[in-house]
Amino acid sequence: MLELRGIRKSFGRIEVLHGVDLQVRAGEVHALLGENGAGKSTLMKIVSGIIQPSEGQILIDGQPRHFPTYDAAIAAGIGIVFQEFSLIPGLNAVENMFLGREKRNAFGLLDRKAMRTRAQAILKKLEVDLPLDVPIARLSVAEQQFVEIAKALSLEARILVLDEPTATLTPSETEHLFKVMRELRASGVAIVFISHHLDEIFEICDRITVLRDGQYVGSTDVADVTVDQLVEMMVGRRIENSFPPKPTLEPAARIVLEAVEVQLRRGGPVSSFQLRAGEILGFAGLVGSGRTETVLSILGEYAAARCTVRVDGAERRLRDAADGLAHGIGLLPESRKDQGLITAFSILQNVSLNNYGKYQRGHWFIDFKKELACTQTAMDQVRVKAQGPRARVDTLSGGNQQKVVIARWLNHDMRVLIFDEPTRGIDVGAKAEIYQLMRDFTAQGYAIIMISSELPEIIGMADRVCVFRSGGIVATVEGSAITSEQIMTHATTGKVHHVA
Amino acid sequence: MSHDATVASTARHRALDWLLHSPLALPLVGLIVVSVLMTFASDNFFTVDNVLNVLRQVSVVGILAVGMTFVILTGGIDLSVGAVMALAGTAAAGVMVNMGLHGGLGIAAALLVGVGLGLFNGALVAWGKMPAIIVTLATMGIARGLGLIYSGGYPISGLPGWVSWFGVGRIGIIPVPVIIMIIVYALAWVLLQGTSFGRHVYAIGGNETAARLSGVRTRQVKLAVYAISGLTASLAAIVLTGRLMSGQPNAGVGFELDAIAAVVLGGTAIAGGRGLILGTLIGAVLLGILNNGLNLMGINPYLQDVIKGLIILLAIYIGREWR
Repeated sequence: MLELRGIRKSFGRIEVLHGVDLQVRAGEVHALLGENGAGKSTLMKIVSGIIQPSEGQILIDGQPRHFPTYDAAIAAGIGIVFQEFSLIPGLNAVENMFLGREKRNAFGLLDRKAMRTRAQAILKKLEVDLPLDVPIARLSVAEQQFVEIAKALSLEARILVLDEPTATLTPSETEHLFKVMRELRASGVAIVFISHHLDEIFEICDRITVLRDGQYVGSTDVADVTVDQLVEMMVGRRIENSFPPKPTLEPAARIVLEAVEVQLRRGGPVSSFQLRAGEILGFAGLVGSGRTETVLSILGEYAAARCTVRVDGAERRLRDAADGLAHGIGLLPESRKDQGLITAFSILQNVSLNNYGKYQRGHWFIDFKKELACTQTAMDQVRVKAQGPRARVDTLSGGNQQKVVIARWLNHDMRVLIFDEPTRGIDVGAKAEIYQLMRDFTAQGYAIIMISSELPEIIGMADRVCVFRSGGIVATVEGSAITSEQIMTHATTGKVHHVA
Repeated sequence: MSHDATVASTARHRALDWLLHSPLALPLVGLIVVSVLMTFASDNFFTVDNVLNVLRQVSVVGILAVGMTFVILTGGIDLSVGAVMALAGTAAAGVMVNMGLHGGLGIAAALLVGVGLGLFNGALVAWGKMPAIIVTLATMGIARGLGLIYSGGYPISGLPGWVSWFGVGRIGIIPVPVIIMIIVYALAWVLLQGTSFGRHVYAIGGNETAARLSGVRTRQVKLAVYAISGLTASLAAIVLTGRLMSGQPNAGVGFELDAIAAVVLGGTAIAGGRGLILGTLIGAVLLGILNNGLNLMGINPYLQDVIKGLIILLAIYIGREWR
């Protein structure tokens, strides 16, 4: 029903999809599988006309089609439910389903009755019962998802793309979604199902297409493949980056930070981990598996249901990142630009931002000379390349910007540094430098938590790895057990312990 | 090329650089242009007496604009300053006249009202996570209403004579309100440029998340800037009460807007993070000169408001294109 042939896509000079094929038949659920950044979402944006392929063909029912816009794709019978819903929270289900194409009566006024009847008919077909008169915002995530699906069906979609629909659902809600998917399949709708959870794929899907780094790896029937084979297809054999050698860790190394109990959401899994001086603890897992939220909870910057933390053996309740700083825990946030840097500030001002206690005169005033000297020392330590401490940070490269954020923590008496995606968006050379810096820090006795979505980075850098799935740690691996296959298997099929 | 020529060209280059990049450059150019225009338009404009007069007239809004600058630099706004000033003045007069207490207690009452309501605003914005524009709009109504209730809507007069010193007194030839204003600006300059608190104010306006995650106690800083805005409202109230020689519950209507205009004309970004306190002073004086000049030229007061509005729009437009 839907066929893609040799789809290529470049952004600027960087090609992100290198000739991807995909065949989806009527009445099947087709899994699209791949790691973070494998190109799944880009491919689906091409299918839905949001972006245009640089090369390649889209065929529907064997006819070559071209979708210059999202609306053109919808008209051709394609319906997409994105991870971020496109519903208006203040409108009810019926209003959302008919947004922009409201039915009107003879007087040109809204024909609420007709719209409501149609909505009810569709939802009945899906065997979904949800309140039609309350704003969408008051519905559960699962119910909102059904509204999205119903909306696509009301547009006569014959090809339905579900982009990670189960990521935020509870097990029973997922079951309900699968039931709806089976109904749709029986009625001849072709479904493209994107999910990272392999167990779900084995439960609901008929066929699988795997992407890796923008490459088409292969397609297969679910019946002909095992979990191990799928993981192998997803991670492949890759050239490893050059990482600094891992030192042997003292078995008796002091535990500097212990998460006794972290529960992100009420009813969700409870995690615990220990971090020892001089080690790099990797946090692996898929995007949205709760890694960032876990470290933010420890710092008191995320409202977790439960969070008990010991710093150097003593139980502490951190209320905010300032408390973290006081206890020697520093964070390099995920997004340099949005959470790390003050872009209008100079390097000097960015580095000294949380350092003033170190160089104040008479308790109140900044000692400018000392500020400059300290900043220069910190800059040299992390080897920032810039015209000088007074250069604006928005003139620096990504790697140097990251070093500025690191430098901020060096004038303090820190124990723990948390690197959240430390090398995202920076070039290979700068990556190697950041890796070396991290090892320099552990040699000095710092303990590091490194959150990373890049498996080679986790494998090359981490001494131990906590694997996250669905909001909690499902496994901790170390030594020779740190392999792509192990981590991917835990991240996609690991058992989640739900606790009331 | 000779050494001197190189030095001269570097100096010229620096001056050009400053003109292109300093947030002060544009307000300063505006001030000069308007002053020159007024000097040509009216013989009475560029005299010592009139300049001092303009500065005296500017002082109340000028002092309010200091606190407003702190708030706007963090990305906030304080609509309550005019009403808080009126309530502070009314409270001071009430303590001195109705209660017959010592004048020092009157001044203390004004400060207490201003800082108290500032802390109220700041707590709701920082911890209550409510939008500043709504919180301070509500406080504006509350403060205005309380002043009218307490005074029954009438000015409270009969203040001790020395109070007028704050409003119309002079030291040498310089009016006392002008001296107070200059001192407030000087202190604000030191606070913003010389202390970690000042840096944190700019940092919050620049990127609040980054500031918080790097360990800055952003909520305390936000509380403090609204308290400072309340404090400057109290100081403005003392000057105004001295000039009017009464506590006026209806005083200062719309002053918050003049204060905001002064801050924005002074080159401070309304979204926060960028701007200088000296710019606000220039902005306030610029507004004062416009008021004064348009009066001297005998222009219809209703038309004056239109002209001022258009000039603010023009200034924002040029300011954006300049960068």
